[in-house]
Amino acid sequence: MSSDLTRLDAATLAEKIHSREVSAVEAAQAHLDRIAAVEGDVHAFLHVAGESALESAALVDASIAAGTAPASPLAGVPLALKDVFATIDMPTTCGSRILEGWRPPYDATLTSRLRAAGITILGKTNMDEFAMGSSTEYSAYGPTHNPWALDRIAGGSGGGSAAALAAFEAPLAIGTDTGGSIRQPAAVTGTVGVKPTYGGVSRYGLVACASSLDQGGPCARTVLDAALLHEVIAGHDPLDSTSIDAPVPAVVEAARLGATGDLSGLRVGVVRELGGEGYQPGVRASFDAALRRLEKLGAEVVEVSCPHFEYGLAAYYLILPSEVSSNLARFDAMRYGLRVEKGASAEEVMAATREAGFGPEVKRRIILGTYALSSGYYDAYYGQAQKVRTLISRDFAAAFAQVDVLVSPTAPTTAFPIGEKIDDPLAMYLNDLATIPTNLAGVAGMSVPSGLAEEDGLPVGLQIMAPALGEAVMYRVGAAFEAARNADESGPLIARIPELEVAAR
Amino acid sequence: MSTPTLIEFDDVVARFDPMLGLEVHVELSTNTKMFCGCPTEFGAEPNTQVCPTCLGMPGALPVVNRTAVESAIRIGLALNCSIAPWGRFARKNYFYPDMPKNFQTSQYDEPIAVDGWLDVELDDGTIVRVEIERAHMEEDTGKSLHVGGATGRIHGAEYSLLDYNRAGVPLIEIVTKMIPDTGARAPEVARAYVTQLRDLVKSLGVSDVRMDQGSMRCDVNLSLSPKGSGVLGTRSETKNVNSLRSVERAVRYEMSRHAGVLLDGGTVVQETRHFEEQSGSTRAGRIKETSEDYRYFPEPDLVPIAPTPEWVEELRGTLPELPWERRKRISAEWGLTAEELRDLVNAGALDLIEATVAAGAPAGEARSWWVAYLTQQANTAGVPLEELAITPAQVARVIELVTSGELNNKLARQVVDGVLAGEGSPDEVVESRGLKVVSDDGALIAAVDEALAAQPDVAEKIRGGKVAAAGAIVGAVMKATKGQADAKRVRELIIERCG
Repeated sequence: MSSDLTRLDAATLAEKIHSREVSAVEAAQAHLDRIAAVEGDVHAFLHVAGESALESAALVDASIAAGTAPASPLAGVPLALKDVFATIDMPTTCGSRILEGWRPPYDATLTSRLRAAGITILGKTNMDEFAMGSSTEYSAYGPTHNPWALDRIAGGSGGGSAAALAAFEAPLAIGTDTGGSIRQPAAVTGTVGVKPTYGGVSRYGLVACASSLDQGGPCARTVLDAALLHEVIAGHDPLDSTSIDAPVPAVVEAARLGATGDLSGLRVGVVRELGGEGYQPGVRASFDAALRRLEKLGAEVVEVSCPHFEYGLAAYYLILPSEVSSNLARFDAMRYGLRVEKGASAEEVMAATREAGFGPEVKRRIILGTYALSSGYYDAYYGQAQKVRTLISRDFAAAFAQVDVLVSPTAPTTAFPIGEKIDDPLAMYLNDLATIPTNLAGVAGMSVPSGLAEEDGLPVGLQIMAPALGEAVMYRVGAAFEAARNADESGPLIARIPELEVAAR
Repeated sequence: MSTPTLIEFDDVVARFDPMLGLEVHVELSTNTKMFCGCPTEFGAEPNTQVCPTCLGMPGALPVVNRTAVESAIRIGLALNCSIAPWGRFARKNYFYPDMPKNFQTSQYDEPIAVDGWLDVELDDGTIVRVEIERAHMEEDTGKSLHVGGATGRIHGAEYSLLDYNRAGVPLIEIVTKMIPDTGARAPEVARAYVTQLRDLVKSLGVSDVRMDQGSMRCDVNLSLSPKGSGVLGTRSETKNVNSLRSVERAVRYEMSRHAGVLLDGGTVVQETRHFEEQSGSTRAGRIKETSEDYRYFPEPDLVPIAPTPEWVEELRGTLPELPWERRKRISAEWGLTAEELRDLVNAGALDLIEATVAAGAPAGEARSWWVAYLTQQANTAGVPLEELAITPAQVARVIELVTSGELNNKLARQVVDGVLAGEGSPDEVVESRGLKVVSDDGALIAAVDEALAAQPDVAEKIRGGKVAAAGAIVGAVMKATKGQADAKRVRELIIERCG
């Protein structure tokens, strides 16, 4: 019974809960049991909130029993929340020692929306410290292991959320995407991850990595589930000045439409600059197959050029560290978080705390950003990077004038072995080559499973990108592709994940 | 450091041209802070007016206070500035425990108001045009209290306490361009500018502008160049100048000190100095090595401020009559001499008198009440006139009661005393203290007859046409009625009874 519930997609599980075939408490318990069984291998969670999850589920059950309509289409469905969103009843560490045990005095807007929707929050998921990394190896609390191959990375920074889905610890998860932290983990775990348009989901209570790039978004095992979750969390928030005051795109309707499998009349652009050299052969093969599948669905596939994308990575690694250096200045031991009592002055305590509390990648980026913003260097670094950002936005605008969506492989490689790139920051940064441009331009992007790479049998993701607030067409293409792939391959990709050894526990 | 050489002021201006610049911070009196909904009241218990945003909690975000932007634009317009059609906030990055985010959200190269001026009138009527470089919005920091140690400064303190109530309170910083050619009048120009700026901001109703409470703070930038050379000297920036008088004294002191350094063959250090109220001198603060690198960059958590021309014009329409123009109008209306006007202004009485007149009182009576009796009471209590516990409307009511004969002047003063003592409105005090003039003729006639009977010789004189003799009877009646009689009516009755 339990294991069956954990295999269901969120939409199906929600139906069973709302029709009282299954209780929300049973659903929560099944996932808590699964977490207890596999966490030792996977390490997707930093905090599991069993008691509050069951309490919240019981409230949903009581409300359904009383004949009240469910608070949302996902009421009663369990979810894994990335540990970067403020939660008043759970620690919020951002994967960092400097916030070990910190309990925020408030809920993030996204957290409140999940609660209001009756979604059961199972706990907080592992991540690279302050969302800086592509492998979750920079978590201060140890890496997350990829359920497809436990010696491999689950991607990052949201490796915990993606692994929780792939390990059937939760049918839904929340991630944040600054340069690919939702999409790349989705790609390497064979799951679905969406980075909404910048400003589409409130950042209030999302502990900032880089304010102008960060965006919260839904993670799931199916495109429809992601769409259902998208509609719960998206929408204007007066507490976030950068939040868009416009209706949320009708992504659930678009996903349902897409699943009927017709993309005729749609133009799909292949970004010439996001492919070829540097992409693993199995990734390229899977991507080529995906293009043929899109054509089979009736889409017209054309090549487009985005000439400035090649400067994206360089611009990103100036803008992001600059904002990081300022955003992370607040961790100074004066008001909350770690405090290392060393020396007599406030400055000494600050320095000692930051030395002990931040990991190597965070320090590297703070130093980079402090340098890039320094007087005399600002124009050459931060200023130039902002110009590149504008050019990339123009590339997108020109491309979207020709096509409805753009596609590329989500990541250049499949999941690499844990430890392989930890000492080579540049190699690590290259993971996000294909995902970074959407963050720089603020447009929408998603990753859907495209297949397994022939050489290592690990998942590959297809990235679909759409203009700002163009999520509907993106979900439609994603759902159509997913349905066609499932039909051709006799079932979803995630069904092919090896069973984790849980019997011994 | 040894005691600096100070040069006689006359000597200084004979040899050097002072270059003056003034930066004034005005704390806005908005109900809520610049970027969150916390209250801004002065004097609350420490750390009670705080929230995740103004405490810099991880994840919390700022939202701009629209009223603060409005106030900034109105200040800009009143200073004849251009209002920027588009501008971003910037982060000024530096670490200090009283700054929750370790960056201050401010405006840097895109201020809301630029290129204005203020015509400053000196005591002798000379007008000096002070050019305004910019006015920009920013947030205040928290306050540090350094405990232990002898000086109350961080150096030598045992520990420090932090109060974040002030963190995030909206500030407008108004920066002048360099004010040249002031010569010996530099100290006076500085004081007059700050005074006039204070009056202007006050008239806009956007700030308390209380220098003693820190809702208006002034930094004085000063340098000297050798007379007629036009070669700019190195400047010092003097902070902590907390009164109008201190502005003048700080300029004067710095001029003498700079001259001392220069005439000794030394070089002026570019540094921040602190004004010491008691000695009237300045002491060195932190040295600015070239310039501190604040690593400014546009605040990514806020969207640009883009006031529409319509909104700016709408706000221009809300600007009140300029305080000095108003004064000119009032003194013409009331027939005041320049000296009388200045006395009223210096006593802080002008607004109060005007408000009393607006509440219906004749200008003469209103003036006389505020300048005489009420000023005495304020002096006795040791508070500014405007802080007396009586409103202009209440004063107007007292005057009305006197005019209508219900009170005489002596009783009126008792009513005012009652109001000041918190006994309620003038009418309530009249009622509770039983201060009404005895206007019941029956009671008065009895008292008059009694007095006439007691002094038959006087009564005889009155009957004989010596009306002036009635004074003695009036006095007796007033005494008998404990001053509550209307003296005019008493006199009338005496004539009647002797007729």
